Amino acid sequence: MTAPAYNDSSQAAIPARSGQSKWLDRGFRIVTQGFALAVAAVLVIIGIQVTINAWPAIREFGLSFIYTSAWNPVESVYGALPMIYGTLVSSFIALLLAFPLGVGTAIFLSEDFLPAKIRTPLAFMVELLAAIPSVVYGLWGIYVLIPFLKPIGGWLHDTLGWFPLFRTDYIGPGMLPAGIILTVMILPVITAISRDSLTSLPPSLRQASMGMGATRWTTIFRVLIPAGISGIIGGTMLALGRALGETMAVTLLIGNSNNFNISILAPANTIASLMANQFAEASGLQVAALMYAGLVLFLMTLIVNVLAELIIRKLKPY
Amino acid sequence: MNSSHTAESNAQDQKSKEPVFRTEDLNIYYGDFLAVRGVSMEIQPRKITAFIGPSGCGKSTLLRCFNRLNDLIPSFHLKGKAYYHDQDLFADDVDPVAVRRRIGMVFQQPNPFPKSIYNNIAYGARVTGMQIDDMDELVEKSLRQAALWDEVKDKLGANGLSLSGGQQQRLCIARAISTTPDVILMDEPCSSLDPISTLKVEDLLQELTNDYTIVIVTHNMQQATRVADETAFFNAEASDDGKRYGFLVEYGPTERIFSQPQEESTQRYVSGRFG
Ligand SMILES: Nc1ncnc2c1ncn2[C@@H]1O[C@H](COP(=O)(O)OP(=O)(O)OP(=O)(O)O)[C@@H](O)[C@H]1O
Ligand SMILES: [Mg+2]
Repeated sequence: MTAPAYNDSSQAAIPARSGQSKWLDRGFRIVTQGFALAVAAVLVIIGIQVTINAWPAIREFGLSFIYTSAWNPVESVYGALPMIYGTLVSSFIALLLAFPLGVGTAIFLSEDFLPAKIRTPLAFMVELLAAIPSVVYGLWGIYVLIPFLKPIGGWLHDTLGWFPLFRTDYIGPGMLPAGIILTVMILPVITAISRDSLTSLPPSLRQASMGMGATRWTTIFRVLIPAGISGIIGGTMLALGRALGETMAVTLLIGNSNNFNISILAPANTIASLMANQFAEASGLQVAALMYAGLVLFLMTLIVNVLAELIIRKLKPY
Repeated sequence: MNSSHTAESNAQDQKSKEPVFRTEDLNIYYGDFLAVRGVSMEIQPRKITAFIGPSGCGKSTLLRCFNRLNDLIPSFHLKGKAYYHDQDLFADDVDPVAVRRRIGMVFQQPNPFPKSIYNNIAYGARVTGMQIDDMDELVEKSLRQAALWDEVKDKLGANGLSLSGGQQQRLCIARAISTTPDVILMDEPCSSLDPISTLKVEDLLQELTNDYTIVIVTHNMQQATRVADETAFFNAEASDDGKRYGFLVEYGPTERIFSQPQEESTQRYVSGRFG
């Protein structure tokens, strides 16, 4: 639209917008739109690139890649089931432990149990956990966590050995330590985001609930958490995304076994760790197979994010 | 006008005459800031008591003491005494949760839960462990009393926050009366209501005085004269160090406060000539 002509009559008290301000507006919109599209384009290009590189393997193995468990570069047969299983289970262990811990910590840090002087540094320290390089986590896992888990793993096998998940004895590196290191690594993400979403709730909500004669706990669990649930779920899904893709710490702890074993006490492997281990020396069909595995991981993360979005939409209170 | 006086004679036991709240030289602080100074007053049972006074003079602050909601404000502390019947409200062994179950509140800003309209009402009954045979009935009754039922009866599942401001305010009133507390504290409950809803709410207040004690903060002088049996006028004054604190100027039967105020400032305020 063209700028409206200046109206001479005495009623035109509201000055028209200057053409310059309109152009600035439009320019800003175009630039930000460009940035947003560029991000989407990067995603699509990576997806296409990975698919192209994976194509030989996709053609060769089709969907059987997902449910077979041979990983044999010598005979050029590849199936990623053990790594898919390892990725899902290690992340699931992490989520199972980190969700209650993280949300619990977030609740604790968002309430006034402690004076603000102690609470704020404590919250900051939890968030600092996210700043530790993952290789440090991995080394800490090797020297501290694996020995520490030995009695626990042994006990699990001795008492619950009949259960498939604990069928093998604890030998050290494996799914359990990997899952636990992932727990520690994603904890700050869940805690920080959940805490933010709880502390940003309007104080009037708490007043309303307490004013009705609800206890603090009722208020937390029936008003505050439901009101902040989209942030909590969002943070959890972000954390899950990180767990699914975490490479270095997991590689150091999971044992890198490409044989399928249902037990979480046995060595296993994840897709990210597999790629990190093999990519440098891979050639031919193996590269394609690794790319295919990467594509599967890509899709898994995508599904997680879409699910998160759906859950948030379903639960969104406002 | 005050037909509730006759209802009172039905329950003539001594207890029914005792004040519901009594404060003795109550000083309320936020940190170092003295917000309300030296309030001594008694709130009569089954009457409507209005708090009037200029903005910032501590009406809400005092009101929130009566159900210990100020406890949620970390910097809050007080000197002096506040009694609910014979009980020292701020004694160590008093459970604020139990206090709030007896003493309901409607807030200055409407604050419905981000839940359905139905659950906004049901929440109170659920958390206070009331024995409810028919929740639907309770919800309907509360919404009817708050003059909201006709507007929301077809969308009880809708989010409370999707209502208009005035509807939210009535939802909060419905929520407060749903748990049948002994006392209802109302902080400007009609501030965003149209005249018709306001009159409906006022009718409700009159009706409620048969069983409840009501304290209402209002900026509307007509409303005070229409509904209140007793009126307390608060004012704010700068102390020596320049900080403003609120205090109780005058308290008595509404008619007297409005027709023969003892204090000059009351006279000026109620006649709308407040400087
Ligand atoms: N949470 C708080 N922290 C610190 N100071 C507060 C707090 N709430 C109120 N005050 C102060 O206490 C004084 C009284 O406030 P209050 O809200 O009780 O006034 P009010 O009489 O209800 O006013 P209004 O008619 O505008 O609602 C004001 O000076 C205000 O700044
Ligand atoms: Mg107020």
